[in-house]
Amino acid sequence: MRCLRVRYTKLGKIRFIGHRDVARIWERSLRKANIPVLYSQGFSPHPRISFGLALPTGFESEAEYVDVYLGEDFFLDAFDEKIIQENINKALPSGMDVLAIGIFPTSGDSLQEAVDACVWEVRVSGTGFEEFEVIREKLFSSDSLSIERERKGKILVEDVRSQVHSMDITEEHIDGVTILTELGTKPRVLRPTDLLKRINSELRTIRVLRKEQLTLQGNQRIEPLSIELHPAAPVEVLA
Amino acid sequence: MICPEHSPEKASWLLIYPDTYEIGLPNQGLQILYEILNERDDSVAERSYAPWVDMSREMRKRNIPLFSVDTHRPAEDFDILAFNLSAELVYTNLLECLDLSNVPLYSKDRNEGHPIVIAGGHCTYNPEPFADFIDLAVLGDGEEVVGEISEIFSQWKSEPQAEMNRKELLQKFAELPGVYVPSLYEATFSNGRLVSISPKAEKNIPNIVEKRTISDLGAWPYPKNQLVPLTEVVHDRLNVEIFRGCTRGCRFCQAGMITRPVRERPQEQVVSMVKKGLERTGYDEVSLTSLSSADFSGIENVVSEVMTQDGCSPVSLSLPSLRVDAFTVGTASQMQQARRTGLTFAPEAGTWRLRQVINKLISDDDLFGAVESAYSQGWRRVKLYFLIGLPTETDDDTLGIVRLAEKTLEIGRKYHKNPSVTVSVGGFVPKPDTPFQWFGQNTEEELLRKIYLLRDAAKKVKGLKLKWHDSRATVVEGILSRGDRRLAPVLEKVWKMGGVFQEWSEHFNVDLWKTSMDEEGLLIEDFSYRHREQDEVLPWDHLSAGLHKDFLWQDWRDALDNLGLEDCRWTPCYDCGACTGYGIEHVVASAVPPAGGSQGTGVSLIQENEIKVAISQPEKVNGLQVSGVNE
Repeated sequence: MRCLRVRYTKLGKIRFIGHRDVARIWERSLRKANIPVLYSQGFSPHPRISFGLALPTGFESEAEYVDVYLGEDFFLDAFDEKIIQENINKALPSGMDVLAIGIFPTSGDSLQEAVDACVWEVRVSGTGFEEFEVIREKLFSSDSLSIERERKGKILVEDVRSQVHSMDITEEHIDGVTILTELGTKPRVLRPTDLLKRINSELRTIRVLRKEQLTLQGNQRIEPLSIELHPAAPVEVLA
Repeated sequence: MICPEHSPEKASWLLIYPDTYEIGLPNQGLQILYEILNERDDSVAERSYAPWVDMSREMRKRNIPLFSVDTHRPAEDFDILAFNLSAELVYTNLLECLDLSNVPLYSKDRNEGHPIVIAGGHCTYNPEPFADFIDLAVLGDGEEVVGEISEIFSQWKSEPQAEMNRKELLQKFAELPGVYVPSLYEATFSNGRLVSISPKAEKNIPNIVEKRTISDLGAWPYPKNQLVPLTEVVHDRLNVEIFRGCTRGCRFCQAGMITRPVRERPQEQVVSMVKKGLERTGYDEVSLTSLSSADFSGIENVVSEVMTQDGCSPVSLSLPSLRVDAFTVGTASQMQQARRTGLTFAPEAGTWRLRQVINKLISDDDLFGAVESAYSQGWRRVKLYFLIGLPTETDDDTLGIVRLAEKTLEIGRKYHKNPSVTVSVGGFVPKPDTPFQWFGQNTEEELLRKIYLLRDAAKKVKGLKLKWHDSRATVVEGILSRGDRRLAPVLEKVWKMGGVFQEWSEHFNVDLWKTSMDEEGLLIEDFSYRHREQDEVLPWDHLSAGLHKDFLWQDWRDALDNLGLEDCRWTPCYDCGACTGYGIEHVVASAVPPAGGSQGTGVSLIQENEIKVAISQPEKVNGLQVSGVNE
């Protein structure tokens, strides 16, 4: 058994499709692309695929991951990454595009375990360049930042300050700024929207885009599948 | 994916299913017409569904009209708004969609600048309750007639000065077979009774509108490109229609009566539609749809061909509307190797006597054989569907439901420790164009009494779960099912008071209906509970599903005499009118009933505990004896 790891996008209107439905889209697309996915044994067999950290519905992404488990015999045939990538791309709906694929032994960590941080690009309104700089300064000069989070029906107060690795303004707009921020995912994912709302209730997020998912090893930041990203073109997807 | 391209010469259709996207998207009728209209040069089609209440609230707040899901084009910019109406309780959603489209509700208030509002679907066999809101209704198969409507409309559009006004255009539509234009007909009432519906003065308007029937299903292999939704919907699988029509002759079933005759799709076409469809969509489940799929000639061949096809993932096949017998279960077990959930049978009535009345000719042994087969082949959960409030029903018939369930569980215990049976009970609503169209529906109280009767008896049975349909909803369905034009203001009032999505229990509100009926001075008794007279004018007498009224009346008398009637596919013609009237015939590949088709043939397939399953053994089919009706 080996694993086909795929990095793909979720851009445009398809951002409104939830995680469970994305999983179903993958099941159908892999069948359309004739990828010989392994099936679980038992009364109701399911294709063996597993996803990285779930992307909140409404967020876009250039760094979504799925691991697809394949039978060993698949690789006895000529394995052409390009053709596989092409076939999967043809099967996927607009807005979802394969950026890279790789073959891995399956003994490694699952995607959810491997990822320590995500890089987010967030378009923020209700602030200006200088105003946001002040907000940012205040955040990084404090030692703690408590956030109330609901978990299994209970309200938990957690300090998430150490999960905010970086936050920088990358662009200035008439009504706001675009920022790039790296947020830790452990022990629990910190959403950029929750963070921004906590640090200033006036801030409004217009677009959230996941740019990277990273494994941190010392000073190294390792993307599960690194690629030279082409700037994503805006995608129009209709119902 | 279809990308609709608009142009001034084309008739633009917005096909609307007036329920949620999740319910409406899989509708095959709408998908078929969507493809046909987009393949034509003179038409273009998009789709829309009813927005849920929170969405419509936001849309009104922001002045956003109803729009298409394909290109987000406002509904009012289309030439034609075509609604698929398949259940009575969606009628108020038709009004909601028109209002969200900024189109006047009443046909008489619309002018040349407004879209033409069309209704299609099974409900158009009695469109009178909503007749004032539509410009035309189409009866029967839509494949051909949508082209004819497009032709007339696109011509009308391209004429420089539009010589015809809206009324003349409607008159032109009314000349098309299968098209009913309510505004050209006068409904006359006297002493609270309908006395006639006939054409107003205009020429060339038929006294009786005949339904449309396509004679060769093989000529229409649609949908070729079934839509694959990105979000989960009901019936989320590949659907291939294997035949249209049904002649089992169940007397309560409107679908079986109005879609006659039986027209099978050629076997090879079914197989190729399944194979191509699976490749194209990526689905791993396919449903072979029809009103009684195990009756398809050569179903065994089709099933084995589909199941043995090459592919890297398991495929599940399902047959909706399972016939109740062991053979069918055997076939089902071959097909559902991938996923096996529950198995559903619909004996419809608790005793053999009552099943003869409704002509659902399943003997107790047929049912127990089917159940035995199901439990012995690994199914643990069995679901049984019944109707209550059927003609001539006694409390013994009603309680027969629980007795059948009890026996079913007994059989189940031979194979499993804790077998379960779910019994679902619906209240019977008499439908137009059926032998029961004259029957006075059970009252709300009577249905409720029967439900309590069942509930008390079911409590004593371990493993039996009883579910029932809200009897108040049954009452409203009854009002609309056989209602007439006097109901238009009732629908408007219910809608105005917020009564949309009435088929959803969280939104259904019987008080809105009762208040509105009261305010209009109309009695539920009159519309639902009253037996109709033989010579009474029925609100759908000017519309024809091909069935002779005297055939229906005779069948109604036979029902009251507990007389069952065999399937006419394999026996002499009863002259119901559906074939002869239109000069077409049943298209059935096999001259004998399918293997295991014990229903009505009196052949019991069960010998001891042995379950015979015939797959790809046609000689067994020929060996079957066709005998008289079980009595």
